[in-house]
Amino acid sequence: MVRELIRRPARPMGPLAGLVARRLALGLLTLFVVSVIIFLGVSLLPGDVATELLGQSATPATVAALRHSLGLDQPLVARYGLWLGGILQGDFGTSLANGRPIGHLVAARFGNTIFLASVAALISVPLSVGLGLLAALYRGSLLDRTINALTLVSISFPEFFLAYILIVILSMQAGLLPSLATLNEGMGLAEQLHRIALPALTLTLVVIAHMMRMTRASILGVLASPFIEMARLKGASPARVIVRHALPNAWSPIINVIVLNLAYLVVGVVVVEVVFVYPGLGQLMVDSVQKRDIPVVQACSLLFAATFVGLNLTADLLSMLANPRLRHAR
Amino acid sequence: MTAGRTGPLLSQLSRRSILKGGAGLAASAAAGSLWMPRPARAAPKKGGDFKLGIASGSTTDSLDPGTYADNYMQSVGHALHNFLTEVTNTGELQGELAESWEASPDARTWTFKIRKGVEFHDGKSLTPADVVASMEHHRGEGSTSAATSLLDPVTEVKADGDVVVFTLAAGNADFPYLVSDYHLAILPASDGKVDPTSGVGCGAYKLKSFEPGVRTLVEKNGSYWKSDRGWFDTVEFLVIADVVARTNAMATGEIHAMNRIDLKTVSLLERNKALEIYSVNGGQHYTLPMNTQAAPFDDKNVRMALKYAIDRQVMLDTLLRGYGEIGNDQPVTAGYKFFNAELPQRGYDPDKAKFHLRQAGLDSLKVDLSASDAAFAGAVDAAVLFKEQAAKAGIEVNVVREPADGYWDSVWLKKPFCMSYWGGKPTADWALTIGYAKDAAWNDTHWDNERFNTLLVAARAELDEARRTEMYAEMQTLLNEDGGVILPVFANYNGAISTRIGHDTLASNWDLDGLRAAERWWFAS
Repeated sequence: MVRELIRRPARPMGPLAGLVARRLALGLLTLFVVSVIIFLGVSLLPGDVATELLGQSATPATVAALRHSLGLDQPLVARYGLWLGGILQGDFGTSLANGRPIGHLVAARFGNTIFLASVAALISVPLSVGLGLLAALYRGSLLDRTINALTLVSISFPEFFLAYILIVILSMQAGLLPSLATLNEGMGLAEQLHRIALPALTLTLVVIAHMMRMTRASILGVLASPFIEMARLKGASPARVIVRHALPNAWSPIINVIVLNLAYLVVGVVVVEVVFVYPGLGQLMVDSVQKRDIPVVQACSLLFAATFVGLNLTADLLSMLANPRLRHAR
Repeated sequence: MTAGRTGPLLSQLSRRSILKGGAGLAASAAAGSLWMPRPARAAPKKGGDFKLGIASGSTTDSLDPGTYADNYMQSVGHALHNFLTEVTNTGELQGELAESWEASPDARTWTFKIRKGVEFHDGKSLTPADVVASMEHHRGEGSTSAATSLLDPVTEVKADGDVVVFTLAAGNADFPYLVSDYHLAILPASDGKVDPTSGVGCGAYKLKSFEPGVRTLVEKNGSYWKSDRGWFDTVEFLVIADVVARTNAMATGEIHAMNRIDLKTVSLLERNKALEIYSVNGGQHYTLPMNTQAAPFDDKNVRMALKYAIDRQVMLDTLLRGYGEIGNDQPVTAGYKFFNAELPQRGYDPDKAKFHLRQAGLDSLKVDLSASDAAFAGAVDAAVLFKEQAAKAGIEVNVVREPADGYWDSVWLKKPFCMSYWGGKPTADWALTIGYAKDAAWNDTHWDNERFNTLLVAARAELDEARRTEMYAEMQTLLNEDGGVILPVFANYNGAISTRIGHDTLASNWDLDGLRAAERWWFAS
């Protein structure tokens, strides 16, 4: 039985293709529902792009003129239909507020968001899995308790507060890292990395505890199984028991938590963007909601929703590849 | 009529002079001469990359001057563009693209002589036709510009040789001030139309890159017609919405100047020797407009009771930490040319408030006050403070917290009693017309005082200084006694500038040196 469970998979791809297709179809349906909800939601907010743009200096005549020029005097369903037609042809349309093409606007911001998220992920995922393994290996030791305490402290602070502490220490006092994370065209990769070091570090501290604790807990859970005892009885070293025997069986929950945190790194970092003045997609979306710029809000929320759908799909697939019991239907 | 006819702007104030002077109008008159910028007035020099962190600015910003809504795009606009006239840093009016101007005796026809030899960034020479097309962009049916109401009194704009002639529906002695407005940038025209979003102008800097809500980079316009302006090689305008982030960037030297410092932490910032803090009274003020057409505010005595029930000094000391002046329920301050110094300052007097309540036939009063920090920073706190103060006068103020989102659309001008603010205006006429004239689109008190409205129109076209002064004095008294606005405080423009930056006396017509920091400042070291 032990052999059966830890054996490498022989033929994983057959049922997977059908599953991926089903999940992708469901994902598309999700995106459609999201777009309808966002469109309705933003439309229900008081005011529209014309009144929000003109603000205190609005007069009924200018508001009417702006509404007409933006096509806001058409019925809701017609506007949604127009937008959907454009999207199906790959055209995100133009921003209502400043008339710039949304594809271009969003692509640059989304690129920035992905860049920051990737850097944060490249630091935090190996680090937290590594720390989780160490903590499991030396369970109950001083090392385990220190790792636990430190990561819990970092997750317990609100992220903006953590950001300010890092700025005070690393930027204001030590003068090592810049507190503004503005990226310009023509910056080399090294300079870009230097610029985003503080936000990446902040995000790392925010997500590390969750992933590290899940790694530790799920490995400890597996360590109680009979096959681990068998491995120990065979004389395998503690490190080998954990890495070769326990980890493959513990991957599933770890992967799920990692993916949840990756999704957070992409969609949930508006506060960090604001503190470090980082031009990511979150800030664009907040601005656009405030100005009722529906096409931009739609584009942003679709990207966010697609990120979630895609990452969840990846998580499920990876879990199956890592766990034979999920791979073969009973 | 020539440039510099009137000098309506406000004197400079440093924070210390206000605090030491005991805060108030008396201090402001004396403070003008006390204020000295820290860097010595060395001769300006060329070069350097100037970085400016500005609080406002949004991803929805557009280069169209008709949409400029806040300090960020207004400052960018003044780097890229020139205007017909300019309010100088000492408050005089001088020609910019207009060399000179003159009015007909009834002040209805204004003729501006357009400067020759000015080139746009694309190499095109400035002509009167460009001026006409730039004005038409804000006029007429279908214009979406926020300046349409400003140019509403203009019935015709036409080019005639090397002049541009404006015809107004009624006389306006202050018209040359009006064309200095930040919306009315002069753009190059082709076939009588301007391309409002091109960013091409004839200002001191050319547009290099524009990322709305993030940053705007401009570079020196080598063929700029002014020899004593536009010193920097490049200027970078950064949107830094978060005040802590802005302060951090300033403290670590990543930016050379910022606007809107956090008054709560200003004492910490003052310790930093590498920067100076500026504080300028530009006539910006916070208001509590009451709808004079709706009960109970349609009774003058109720309005009077509420005006006596607010403690202006406490508002100034707590809300603004002294960075401002107390108000007297009308928007004209000592810095304006036609300020009425005879008008007694209203104080906090619960007994008088009770007296006016009795006059209105009431024992007590209960009112709802709609508040949100969208009106101004600290508006909700101010409303709660007012609630406590008014309670002593037997007035129960129920503070209704409104969402900041959509505040100007669904609360302001709609709820009978709310929090609001106004920016300073270049002239007394402008300040009184925009919010208090009977037919003004933004008359947020719905005030309709026949005498006031008659005087307003008459004074606008009056070219006799003495008679004009008298009329404006009466209007201020009318507004103070009968008007629907409680105006507790004038709020200064506050910011910080690196000591590496050189500048002259800061202008007070707008924040950031009259929005012209990029054009006027230089690197001193």
